[in-house]
Amino acid sequence: MKILLVMTFIALVLSLVSDRKKTVSGIKMGLKLFVGLLPTVLNILILVSIFLYLVPKETLANLLGKNSGMLGLMIAAVLGSVSLIPMFITYPLAAILLKSGVSYQVLAVFITTLLMVGVLTLPLEAKYFGLKVSIIRNVLSFIGALIIGLVIGIFL
Amino acid sequence: MKKIILMIAETEYILAILFGIFILISRIFNFAPAKIIQANFWLFFVEMITFLPFMFILVGLFDIWFPKERVEKHIGEGSGIKGTIWCILLAMLQAGPLYGAFPVAYLLWKKGCSIKNIFIYLGAFSTLKIPMLTFEIGFLGLKFSLLRTVVTLPVFILIGKIMEMYLRDKKFEVKQPLLEKKRM
Repeated sequence: MKILLVMTFIALVLSLVSDRKKTVSGIKMGLKLFVGLLPTVLNILILVSIFLYLVPKETLANLLGKNSGMLGLMIAAVLGSVSLIPMFITYPLAAILLKSGVSYQVLAVFITTLLMVGVLTLPLEAKYFGLKVSIIRNVLSFIGALIIGLVIGIFL
Repeated sequence: MKKIILMIAETEYILAILFGIFILISRIFNFAPAKIIQANFWLFFVEMITFLPFMFILVGLFDIWFPKERVEKHIGEGSGIKGTIWCILLAMLQAGPLYGAFPVAYLLWKKGCSIKNIFIYLGAFSTLKIPMLTFEIGFLGLKFSLLRTVVTLPVFILIGKIMEMYLRDKKFEVKQPLLEKKRM
């Protein structure tokens, strides 16, 4: 986290030195994005706070923790495939889950399916690529996500 | 009064408002679970609210200083490894959800991008966007981000290859659906 604050600071200074106008519009754009996402951030935090109260840490660790094995990966893959969470919110959420005992490999699968597999957006995707091709792409991505999780599990 | 209630119900803050009321009422009745939930929420909230604005400023600056147009010019130049690299680079400069990538995929197709590279673009778009990576590093650490990136890259290049092999002899094309009313 500190690295990023330092990076933002350096980027800000460099940007200000080179072009003040551009910098201001960049900051405006970023803050606009933040304000736009704020309600979603709040909603997710509220739901997660309640969820973490209802589901005991041990249960969460058993289902999605380091020793959850294939079951944990499958749960994460299915959840990630059917959810639509903006990626800027995915990471704060993942950080909370990590602190609550969810393992890195489960998070990797959840994040990857969230990003690459879209069950809800399938009808839209089918309009561009056709239904069959879209389904194949989603299934391949689903399998790919599980592989990514397994490989990450070896290292983390 | 009714108007005001309706107005609030229509905002995206309805859940936050209900949550606030729930916490207040729980305080009056000394409802214990609410205390834990409130503590959870507050812990998360403080962390988010201190870091998120800075990260979004970084994202905004990035968008201003890295013009996608310069990379877009190179798309379609050959379908070999060079084309693949440009596709991945273009994807890394984007932001937004996966369904935002479909219209770009159509443009790439129009510009003569190969089937393989179109699907590689989709993969790179969904997993390697630079604004996204800054968030990932911030919240999950550099080690995890690097590892995930390195592992993901070959996976979606392989997916691109499989798609190309499958579609090579078929009449595949990317279509642009008629513009619909966008609910954004």
